[in-house]
Amino acid sequence: MTVFLQTLVAGILIGGIYSLIGIGMTLIMGVMGIINLAHGQLMMVAMYITLILFNVLNFDPYISLFIAMPCLFLLGVLIQKFLLNPLMKIESILPENQVLMTVGIGMVLTEIVRFIFSSDYKSVKTSYSSSAFFIGDISFSLPMCIAFGVALVFTALLFWFLLKTDIGRSIRATAQDKDAATLMGVNTGRITVITFGLGSALVAAAGSLLLPIFYLFPDVGGPFTLKAFVITILGGLGSTVGALVGGVVLGIAESLGATYIGMGYKEMVGFVIFVLVLVFLPGGLKRLTKI
Amino acid sequence: MPLLELKKLVKDFGGLKAVNEVSFQVEKGEILGLIGPNGSGKTTIFNCINNFYPITKGDVIFKGKSIKGLKPHKVCHLGIGRTFQVVKPLARMTVLENVTASAFCRFNTIREAQKEAVRILEFCNLDNSKEKLAKSLPIGSRKRLEIARALATRPDLILLDETAAGLNPSELDEAIDLIRRIRESGITILIVEHIMKLIMSISDRIHAINFGQTIAEGSPKEVANNPAVIEAYLGEEYARS
Amino acid sequence: MKSKNITLIVLGIFFLLFPFIIRSEYYQHLVIIALMWVVIGSSWNLLAGYTGQVSFGHAIFFGVGAYTAGIFVTKLEISAWWGMLFGGFAAMLIALFVGWVCFRLRGPYFALATLAGSEIIRLVATNWESLTDGMVGILIIQSFRSKLPYYYIVLGLAAACIYAIHLVIKSKWGYYFVSIREDQDAAESLGINTTLYKNISLLISAFFAGSAGAFYMNYMAFIDPHVVFSLHYISIMAILVGIVGGVATIMGPAVGAFVMVGVQETFRSAFFGIAPRWISEAHALVFGLLVIFVIMFMANGIVGDWGKIRRVLLRSRPSA
Repeated sequence: MTVFLQTLVAGILIGGIYSLIGIGMTLIMGVMGIINLAHGQLMMVAMYITLILFNVLNFDPYISLFIAMPCLFLLGVLIQKFLLNPLMKIESILPENQVLMTVGIGMVLTEIVRFIFSSDYKSVKTSYSSSAFFIGDISFSLPMCIAFGVALVFTALLFWFLLKTDIGRSIRATAQDKDAATLMGVNTGRITVITFGLGSALVAAAGSLLLPIFYLFPDVGGPFTLKAFVITILGGLGSTVGALVGGVVLGIAESLGATYIGMGYKEMVGFVIFVLVLVFLPGGLKRLTKI
Repeated sequence: MPLLELKKLVKDFGGLKAVNEVSFQVEKGEILGLIGPNGSGKTTIFNCINNFYPITKGDVIFKGKSIKGLKPHKVCHLGIGRTFQVVKPLARMTVLENVTASAFCRFNTIREAQKEAVRILEFCNLDNSKEKLAKSLPIGSRKRLEIARALATRPDLILLDETAAGLNPSELDEAIDLIRRIRESGITILIVEHIMKLIMSISDRIHAINFGQTIAEGSPKEVANNPAVIEAYLGEEYARS
Repeated sequence: MKSKNITLIVLGIFFLLFPFIIRSEYYQHLVIIALMWVVIGSSWNLLAGYTGQVSFGHAIFFGVGAYTAGIFVTKLEISAWWGMLFGGFAAMLIALFVGWVCFRLRGPYFALATLAGSEIIRLVATNWESLTDGMVGILIIQSFRSKLPYYYIVLGLAAACIYAIHLVIKSKWGYYFVSIREDQDAAESLGINTTLYKNISLLISAFFAGSAGAFYMNYMAFIDPHVVFSLHYISIMAILVGIVGGVATIMGPAVGAFVMVGVQETFRSAFFGIAPRWISEAHALVFGLLVIFVIMFMANGIVGDWGKIRRVLLRSRPSA
């Protein structure tokens, strides 16, 4: 029982970070109708920014978070403005050329980072990296709890932003019906740029939060991109609530898989969920929650 | 036996009843006009007949058999062709290729399918644009391409969805002529149209709906004088008709 | 029409005589690899370019074909050459499942499922050690020491693949595939069973990719999960070969394969040893930049955008 509870707790905590990654992805999916296959790679860039700040200026990752987020927001804006938006004007036979573009962007980001930092594994050792507290027999890793808490705060802030601000409303309008939003005077070109920036900033936050508990190397992004789209499909394309739940579900499922099936197959849990969702619940959790 | 019969057709979009217990029959050889104001459920009825949308309740009978739940391509093979209100040309194929692709519905070799396509294109006055890409056609020709493609599937019944919308007066006359010739060739027509001049002049009978429900049925004259129809259209089409 | 036939005949003779013209084993090797990519790229193109179902995981079919050939030797003790046929069938079997899961749905599911599928199958190949020997990989003994037999086998496969796809495209199936790509609703309403024909396209595509994988096993004599199920070096390369050459053109992927293998080798060898060593480490970066460049400026590829390329080239010449 203790093992089970411990596994569950670990799953929920990491799930909070997954949610943050997934929400960024689903936001982009909702507004632009494409899956961003550079999502994990953007997170990787944020992690390296955090790493530099830690090594050079001795900044705590939780402080660097507030530097990494605007940096990635800017990077996201530039990508959308100069690489993705121009594609809408190009007539191409392949409908997926924007998705393909994000694959290229992901590769370029990874390779540039590899060039600068080499392929070595890196990690950040903070004073709290391995500290934990106990409730009963169950241990709660401190950095994981902080990460979970911060992830929840950012999610709440995002919801507030989407529901209460003008830009947030414009984003939701664009996601629902781009043409109608344009007719209502929404500058959808600008909205896509902001959304991509926002999605990148969110995943940057996840990266900074992960750094104290995870190791870092240039290829770390790929698996997270895959996780992010599993969450997006599980939650339902474009559904932020779905991504929130989907992230936690994936976290728990992976954690249980690692404990009860074996570490080798941990990565596969997400994909099994992916296939099961496509077969039994096409449309994802959104079908159940309707949000 | 009617060629097509709708039995208390209901289509529910998450609580909103787009079509509510609509029943009508299309007799073999006739032109039945389906009219109603914007958003009254006309296109939804078409989408239910060829099953782009699953039917919530009721039934659709074609040639005496229920076609409820059949995939759209099966419905087409049974003999119902359709056009789309928002035209869906196969943009990067030529006009001839567009029609050839649909002629494969009845022919298996490329030679036969192409021969049929050429015949249909002549029938629709599109033979001059054969080699043009579908996306390069002007709107009037695109509408005719929709019809040509539907005809190439050799239907017994053709569903025409606003094929005259957006046409200029000379194109309109051409469209009316084309529809008449289609009927003469023995194909039954169910037509949705907004332009009263067209629908009143070519339909044998008219079925009027509003808010997804039947409000009148009869000859063009009867329907035009029906108070419920006038009310539904008042201010919009009344003055013009 | 006639000049086209002459070009084909000249090309055919050139390729038949090539190993006698160029005796260097190094260049023969490159051409063998390029011809293998002609097969993979063409198979991807049938599915993505003509049918509009973009596969981000053609490594699935390639890898399954390669592993089938390898397992034939290690477990069944029969020749890996049988894999050229049965590897294709094994890939079709996987394709049947992928198609069943994805083609009932609209949206980006197929692209994502193929991407996820290649990761799933790589993990399976890594972990199912009793069958695949896991990370150790499969090592077999090559049938021939000379490059010549391999050259003619892959040349035959490439020619068969291009000819088969050419026939398919000129038939009813081809019309149906392109109709599905252009507009699924319209295609359905014209009596096209879109789910069925998407699956047919996928199956043909999977067969050739699997067969190419089996050839790779025979030729290289070594595979491991990271090589044959690689996202970048197989799946993305397949896409690049298709796009660089020109999607939805018969000869596009063939041109693309030679260009891409050339580019890859140029950078891998650091411009054949002329440039500093670090260049060779940048070849993945070049791949990524190439993806971006091609999508931005050459969306229809060398064959598709030939007119445009010629105009740019002509304009750059002051005299013209």
